[in-house]
Amino acid sequence: MERTFHHGKHELHGITVVVETSGAHTFIGRCDDITDEGVMLLDVAIHDGTDGPKDDFIAKAAKFGHWAKEKALAVPRESVTNVTRLADVTA
Amino acid sequence: MPYDPQLVQPMRQELTDLGVTELATAEAVDTFMGSKEGTTLVIVNSVCGCAAGMARPGIKLALRHENKPVRVGTVFAGQDLDATARARAYFPDVPPSSPSFALFKDGELVHFVPRHQIEGQDAQSVAFNLMSAFDQHCASGQSA
Repeated sequence: MERTFHHGKHELHGITVVVETSGAHTFIGRCDDITDEGVMLLDVAIHDGTDGPKDDFIAKAAKFGHWAKEKALAVPRESVTNVTRLADVTA
Repeated sequence: MPYDPQLVQPMRQELTDLGVTELATAEAVDTFMGSKEGTTLVIVNSVCGCAAGMARPGIKLALRHENKPVRVGTVFAGQDLDATARARAYFPDVPPSSPSFALFKDGELVHFVPRHQIEGQDAQSVAFNLMSAFDQHCASGQSA
């Protein structure tokens, strides 16, 4: 994805996204930036695979929003398999 | 930490110019929410341009719609901290989100628009979301 003039950050800056990984974790948070290092998220909800199906976690967030567990979190680039706008998820 | 009041003032005024009741204290929120009969919209305003930049123009369009809530009030997240916390206490099952819109009918939350449904949208899309809810819940000759 192209970078924009918006604060010199990634075009998804300020947008709530779902970050899926190659591991057990899925993250939902407000994207601060996406760099070669990874995805930087703010106000992050975390699904670790032990608290119900991932699809339910995402669908519930798509309908009502997400409960932040971490103020800020970086997801390493090599573990990221998909980044999607939460608004694009059909609840 | 709250924002510079001078920075926030124009963002407040965008809503108060529409006739929206500003709720700057927890007491003001309780008084406003005390009237449970009919329909009430609570706007959680915010500075963030990524979403709030379209939230305010969106509600401006929506409040021109034929059907609309009887009462419309606003708290300012990141600025009026106590008022925002108190307002959110009226919809405790919904994650904190700003900007956002909470529509109540007879004291019950019937529609909520979280931040992520505003991000990246244009004002018309935000307004359409709200007007659809107004048509569903506010239609019966009520007016703001």
